Amino acid sequence: MSIVFSGQAGQGLQTLEALLTRMLKRSGYNVFSYSEFMSRIRGGNNSTQVRVSSRRVSAYTRRIDLFVPLHEDAMERFHDRITQETVILGDRAFIEERYLDGHHPVLEVPINEIARGKGGAVYANTVLLGILAGLFYVDRGLMHDEIRMILSGLGEDRLQKNLDASDEGYERSKKLLKPGQAAVSIERTEEVRDEVLTDGINAVGLGGLAGGCTFVSSYPMSPSTGVLVFYTKKAASSGVVVEQAEDEISAVNMAIGSWYAGGRALVTTSGGGYALMVEGLSLAGCIESPLVIHLGQRPGPATGLPTRTEQADLQFALYSGHGEFPRAILAPGTHEQGFSHTWHAFYLADKYQAPVFILTDQFFLERRYNVPDLDMSKVYDQRFIVQTRADYRRYALTESGVSPRGIPGFGEGRVRADSDEHDEDGFITEDFSTRTAMVNKRLKKLSGLRKEVLPPQLFGPKDYRNLVVCWGSSLHAVQEGLDMLGRDDTAILHYSQVYPLAEVTAEYLERAHKKIVVESNATAQFARLVRSETGIGFDGAILKYSGLPLMPEDVCEGLNEKLGKKESTHGRV
Amino acid sequence: MGAYDFDHAIDIAWCPGCGNFRILESVKGALDELELDPGTVVFVSGIGQAAKTPQYLNVHYFNGLHGRTLPPATAIKASNPGLTVIAESGDGDMYGEGGNHFMHTIRRNPDITNIVHNNMVYALTKGQASPTTRQGFVTPVQVHGVTQEPFNPVAVAIALDASFVARAFAGDARQTTDIIKKAITHKGYALVDVFQPCVTYNKVNTYGWFKQNTYTLEDSYDPTDRDAAFRKATEPGKFPLGVLYIKEGKPTFEEELSLYRQDTRPLYQRTVDMEMLRGLVDSMRT
Repeated sequence: MSIVFSGQAGQGLQTLEALLTRMLKRSGYNVFSYSEFMSRIRGGNNSTQVRVSSRRVSAYTRRIDLFVPLHEDAMERFHDRITQETVILGDRAFIEERYLDGHHPVLEVPINEIARGKGGAVYANTVLLGILAGLFYVDRGLMHDEIRMILSGLGEDRLQKNLDASDEGYERSKKLLKPGQAAVSIERTEEVRDEVLTDGINAVGLGGLAGGCTFVSSYPMSPSTGVLVFYTKKAASSGVVVEQAEDEISAVNMAIGSWYAGGRALVTTSGGGYALMVEGLSLAGCIESPLVIHLGQRPGPATGLPTRTEQADLQFALYSGHGEFPRAILAPGTHEQGFSHTWHAFYLADKYQAPVFILTDQFFLERRYNVPDLDMSKVYDQRFIVQTRADYRRYALTESGVSPRGIPGFGEGRVRADSDEHDEDGFITEDFSTRTAMVNKRLKKLSGLRKEVLPPQLFGPKDYRNLVVCWGSSLHAVQEGLDMLGRDDTAILHYSQVYPLAEVTAEYLERAHKKIVVESNATAQFARLVRSETGIGFDGAILKYSGLPLMPEDVCEGLNEKLGKKESTHGRV
Repeated sequence: MGAYDFDHAIDIAWCPGCGNFRILESVKGALDELELDPGTVVFVSGIGQAAKTPQYLNVHYFNGLHGRTLPPATAIKASNPGLTVIAESGDGDMYGEGGNHFMHTIRRNPDITNIVHNNMVYALTKGQASPTTRQGFVTPVQVHGVTQEPFNPVAVAIALDASFVARAFAGDARQTTDIIKKAITHKGYALVDVFQPCVTYNKVNTYGWFKQNTYTLEDSYDPTDRDAAFRKATEPGKFPLGVLYIKEGKPTFEEELSLYRQDTRPLYQRTVDMEMLRGLVDSMRT
């Protein structure tokens, strides 16, 4: 079931989202939520989708089963998504005339009037929470618990008014339905109650802590700021130095300085901020510093759509930085991967002394859903720092290209890092043969990174006729879209590491009769990467770049058009 | 041979007679006289002729990007507060390309020493104006002479209430050594702007010119008086040499970091606290 609330910035939609998802999850429902919002502090039109389901749901859908307008202009942007199946619930004043024609199911509730009766319009959200709690048969005590937990900072008087408002909503919900009519019948699952309810921000943040992150320097920029805030909140208890730098240039140079002195640093940024970090990326490449970059994508160019989503900085992450040096780009598709790939990024960066990206996007970071666990059993806190001897050479030539990494103050040797071309000791050199040896040494590390590539995951029949390829946050929309289409001759190949590209890629692609790529950008950037690495092109692309997340409906319709009729036997003979 | 010398001959990339040689000797003298263990001293520099100084000292160094000396220096100190961190580079690096970092590093107040070779010209790129070039100075780019007001680093630093602000002249090695020693032992950010003649690209601000246009602050001068310091930093005529301003008792950046309050170990000695992490994950279940 898909519920959408639509209102203005400043109406407390985020609090409602938090309360509702926590409450429903603890009642045994699988939940998903995502808010799309304008780049402003007050006014405008923002909306939140909450999906409640008996099975796991992690995609943003076009379909709306229950629409709750919370403002006069709340319906304006939703005419193409409200159908005759969509139930509209709320104040009559907020429901546009056209929906009061008798063809649309409408449940009128004077939410604002009730709220005013309880002390003011600010209680409208808890009245609504109560109504929904009633419709979903949520235990009233549990509802109260959640309100107390989330709104504890309000003080006793206002907290009590919120509780009363929720009770009133709860009572009203029972009168909304005709006698004998069931409210919402969605199966609950006992295990879900104790699952982890998280967004991508916390998944990435916790993954960094698992990777031993001890230093975060960044400059705020949507949608990456949440990760900075995460570390700020956890700084004292988890031993992380957190600094809001004067600009992204400072942030990335601080992070590299910290690695040099034994820290494990992360920067979190978005396109424009990352553009300022690019010279620093090249510095990390030259001095062979580990560096973990969380790049939360949003639509560009330039300022673009600050609060929206896109996957259009893949090629930028891949080719940014002057000169030639290795890198790795991870693109988690699930919250579990947001966690595991971030600690893995610290491992890779440290081991290969190279920059590693965690490429997410606004949708990935802001969406929230329940997962069974963030698995810590595989976390390995492996460190690659060596205690130096007096004859230590920072850039000693080795078979793998990786030189043992010392840090100042740990051992007898001197640790010299130089952004000029340097010799094995780290001194500036213009010797041509040393230059050639150093370039080769740095590039050799890519072989090691290739050996540790996280392979793409195949979903669906192994003897597929069609293959749908996607990466990063698109996974769940593609899965649900293919489910809607109901084709058993088509499989999905999802990449959570996009560079270096897994060597099995060509093998997977060659087996497919039709190959379709799905991406949230306008130029099929991953398809270009695949073609440049394998020489294999795609037969079609489903691309979305409006700023809204990719939806299962986009995928279903796109595939329906591009795959043509299903053959009677699938797979190749 | 001192602790900061190499046991072999080194090739130095500076022009004969360059003021950088004098500054190198003063820096080395200060380190030797303070008897600091070279294994705990980290130099951070940017790009330019001055930025090559750490190459000629037997120390740890981080020779990073042009203009980006102060952010890594701050981070190195914050990651291992036991290290002595010296950020050393030229006027173009520190006040031009890195001007924003200069300002914000003073605000942040890490316990580092910032030595700036100020020769009022861009030398490695062959003679263009720097932020501190005097008005009227003709260069291959500023062909009609520099028209812009020169940047006054000591006045800016005092305006930002920097914890230590000094000015030296490379030609007076003894005084420069003493000032650098004071800067290193001072707790908090310490700026030492060092006038340095460029024998190749600056034929105006020569050794002789600096001698004629500077004087040493009197013994009676009180560097804790901010108004007096600002007047000294901005007075027309000759430039005062010595410690212009000291603001005692400012907490350093590292001291303000909550993670060192309970646990003084540098970052490299810390491991992942799995129990804490488990707790954080479990807190998201209810």
